[in-house]
Amino acid sequence: MNNLSNFIGSLSIIKPEIAIAISLVVVLIFDLIFKEKKTIIPYIGIAGLVVTFFLLIAQFGQTHAGFFTSPGAKIGMFALDPFSTFLKLIIVITSIIVIIMSISSDEIKSVTQRSGEYYTLMFGMILGMMFLTSATDFLLIYVSVELMSLSSYVLAGFLKQQKRPAESSLKYVIYGSVSSGIMLFGISLIYGLYGTTNLAAIASAGNIQGFNYITMTVASILVFVGIGYKISAVPFHFWTPDVYEGAPLPITAYLSVASKAAGFAFLVRVIQLGFATGSDSHGFWEMISGVDWRTFIILIAILTMSVGNLVALWQDNLKRLLAYSSIAHAGYLIAALAAFSNESILAILVYFVFYMLMNLGAFYTVMVVRNKIGSEDINDYDGLGRTSPLLGVVFGIFLFSLAGVPPFAGFIGKLYIFVALVDAKLIALAVIGLLNATLSVYYYMRIMKHMYFNKPNEMTPSIEAPVLDKTMLIILAVPTLLFGIFFQTIVHLAQQSVHLLGL
Amino acid sequence: MSFPILTLITFVPVVGMVAILFLKKGQDNAVRYTALTATAIQLVLAIIMLFAFDFTKAGILDASTFQFVEKARWITIPNVSWIGTIKIDYFVGVDGLSILMVFLSAFVSFIATLSSWNIKKMVKGYFMLFLLLDAAMMGVFVSLDFFLFYVFWEIMLLPMYFLIGIWGGPRKEYAAIKFFIYTLFGSIFILLTMIALYFSATETVNGIQLHTFNLIELTKASAYSATGILSPQNPNNWRMIAYIFLFIGFAIKIPMFPFHTWLPDAHVEAPTPISVILAGVLLKMGTYGILRISYPIFPEITRELAWYIGLFGVINIIYGALVALAQKDFKKLIAYSSISHMGYVLLGMATLSVTGITGAIFQMFNHGTITAMLFLIVGVIYDRAHTRGIYEFGGLANKMPVYTGIVTIAFFAAIGLPGLSGFISESLVFIGGFGSTVTRTLTIVGLLGILLGAAYMLWTLQRIYFGKFNEKWSFMEDLTPREYLMFVPLAIVVIYLGVQPGLAIDFMNTSVKTFVHFLNTAAF
Repeated sequence: MNNLSNFIGSLSIIKPEIAIAISLVVVLIFDLIFKEKKTIIPYIGIAGLVVTFFLLIAQFGQTHAGFFTSPGAKIGMFALDPFSTFLKLIIVITSIIVIIMSISSDEIKSVTQRSGEYYTLMFGMILGMMFLTSATDFLLIYVSVELMSLSSYVLAGFLKQQKRPAESSLKYVIYGSVSSGIMLFGISLIYGLYGTTNLAAIASAGNIQGFNYITMTVASILVFVGIGYKISAVPFHFWTPDVYEGAPLPITAYLSVASKAAGFAFLVRVIQLGFATGSDSHGFWEMISGVDWRTFIILIAILTMSVGNLVALWQDNLKRLLAYSSIAHAGYLIAALAAFSNESILAILVYFVFYMLMNLGAFYTVMVVRNKIGSEDINDYDGLGRTSPLLGVVFGIFLFSLAGVPPFAGFIGKLYIFVALVDAKLIALAVIGLLNATLSVYYYMRIMKHMYFNKPNEMTPSIEAPVLDKTMLIILAVPTLLFGIFFQTIVHLAQQSVHLLGL
Repeated sequence: MSFPILTLITFVPVVGMVAILFLKKGQDNAVRYTALTATAIQLVLAIIMLFAFDFTKAGILDASTFQFVEKARWITIPNVSWIGTIKIDYFVGVDGLSILMVFLSAFVSFIATLSSWNIKKMVKGYFMLFLLLDAAMMGVFVSLDFFLFYVFWEIMLLPMYFLIGIWGGPRKEYAAIKFFIYTLFGSIFILLTMIALYFSATETVNGIQLHTFNLIELTKASAYSATGILSPQNPNNWRMIAYIFLFIGFAIKIPMFPFHTWLPDAHVEAPTPISVILAGVLLKMGTYGILRISYPIFPEITRELAWYIGLFGVINIIYGALVALAQKDFKKLIAYSSISHMGYVLLGMATLSVTGITGAIFQMFNHGTITAMLFLIVGVIYDRAHTRGIYEFGGLANKMPVYTGIVTIAFFAAIGLPGLSGFISESLVFIGGFGSTVTRTLTIVGLLGILLGAAYMLWTLQRIYFGKFNEKWSFMEDLTPREYLMFVPLAIVVIYLGVQPGLAIDFMNTSVKTFVHFLNTAAF
């Protein structure tokens, strides 16, 4: 196979990514054409994402490898498989919702003149995330991570006139570049061991040759630093609360869902393709011997969920509280992965669907309130449930769902995580996870307490949300409730998507 | 399939809730009457079920002898290569174990709706949550699918949290979150056991073996695959651990010592009708859960641990009674008396004998009606005087003779005076307990509870209702017609079942016999 035909043949499997790249350019051009009417730009962005959405639907269920780096290889740099398509769909839907959020966000409205820049960067991020979900080669992984990170650094500090965003953006850049440097070092060690950056080649080489376990372990841990940073796993989470607090709300919401989804795709891909050699009939993976990934993952999972939940207990700023809660949720997802089975992937996929709905919903509510009263402090939510019943009820649904209480969708997400753990007989981890879930109820309920049990103070106005926001909140809240009772559609889709190229 | 009476009885409150949602703000009376209608329909349905109930069918272990059964597929997720089809059923049915609980929860909900009449704050929200709570409670008692059971069990938390937290007393926030976290802590253990059971057992549906949440299939030793984590053939002691997990989950709800500390707080802060529901129905869910789930699924562990269950029962009896003696707050006293009375249920269950378990179930029912009365009695005083200090009253009998008459009936029933329903169930528990060699010593110690119970009840009667009248309360009126409507039905049930206990016992007789035989012989 010559290089040109390899390249052209592979182009057909990256149609959605091409659509995103074209949208990026179109947004940039429109920004130059429409000097005065910048408000049209987000709608162009949404149009591009809708096209991408349908291209992804068309790809659903397909499995192809592309962009081969060596002749005769089965897996190249890029994998199109149901797993990545599923997560890309989540990323695209999240992007649409976040663009709508940005349209009605006061913070973004204050910089309308720069919205061309804003949406261009956002599409850069989407492109990076979409490539990351499919990347099967450390080179492409690294490039995607950088594309996604560089865009998000700027987005996080987009309100550069203010002090906090500037500070948080700087923190983000510094942490980000250090961690990606460390990851690059790990990748170079792996290249040194195997002479390849291709994940599939690493897995097959790892099985045949004897190799230096210590170097391998060190390299794996170094690579994990990069992943851990992206999914804000403890102890690589320090940037999260500051960045989440400083960034404009839509971007915070975006980072907490989409960028995390891409990060998890990365993690699953590296472990499953790079370090698993096969799976048995029940879907449990056989791992490369020598590197004890499971202990490592379990430790990180316990740390991540416990730290996230414990610190969230003391937060008064809702953005910060939700930031720590998202760390805790990442912890549950990492725990699910410790089962090392197809059920782990199923749990992660199912969880992400529900997490997207409830977390975006929670951030959306916080944004609507912020637009009105300019604050995210929990004390300003006193009596909100009585003065603004709709906001109170939908926020309640999102929070109960995040807490994982039936009959809300979040419960089904947690259920699948613990199903994976119990089936893998990791009972102790399941108990720790469930205790954490109980702990988390306290801080979610604290918000409910302020909204419903406390008397409205003079700060809490009656908030009549604009029609667009109301519609979006209901669009997010209704499935959060319904999927908790009728979840078979989502689980069925996710089950069909538990297919990664390779195994 | 016949008339779906169980679906109706469970979801009638939800219909009422939706109807209330569409009522305009300010139509408080319309809201109240809608709620009352919903609970009244539920009560009528429950009475129809009592009449239609077939005494000869045992239920418990055999799906075909359950009554009013409805079964429909709720969730089906087709199989993929590495995991089989997942199915969850909407499976409801009633047997001798649950029929009285269904009636109790309809009955107490109806009374509690009447007692909610003087809730003035956010009436619409209150009754919507109240009806949701009602539906969830009913759901717990009729579910025969573990998943369904768990969902109803958890749904109940949400309305309860708000009902205590918004309409409660001064420390309502603390009480509400404590209740919520405590119960949720318990239910995570139930959840874990549920998942483990699901993976261990299979049910054959249309010739295909599927993992199952079906509570009746789970009682069959043959349902477990040898490799399952909770399989009886498995030489490890996971089944013991699972049993203890499950037991903790249910024990928190009972509440069993040392998991009882949420109860006094929740009761003291909750508004009267919610206390009535809490003591009258919610606590029974704990013991009902043990009887419906722990006992038949783990009979061998039950036999092994029966003594400990009895021990905790006796601790509950004595401890609850002693703490009740020391209370100065009337409502807190009743709350601790509940803990003591639930101890009898545990002791009865531990006997594993027909007499003992009949006594336990009957005691669950009687405690439901008697404690409902007791909390309503506290409510009557609190509504008028806005205080519940036992020492602040005295001689109320002079001013409120009818009320004091009702109080005397309720108190004597709680003590276990012959001729009232409490006597029958407590004596059945003690007879059963004494008859079983395992629990004989415990029973003798537990008898002390009767004495202590009489002490705190009579002492309270003396302090509040007899003695010198405190002129401060001369404005207090006797019962209103609405209050009559609350107390009279309860009093009738308490007296009637005291004289004619067979009426209630007949319902469970066949079931309990089958149940006890299974518990003592099942080879797992």
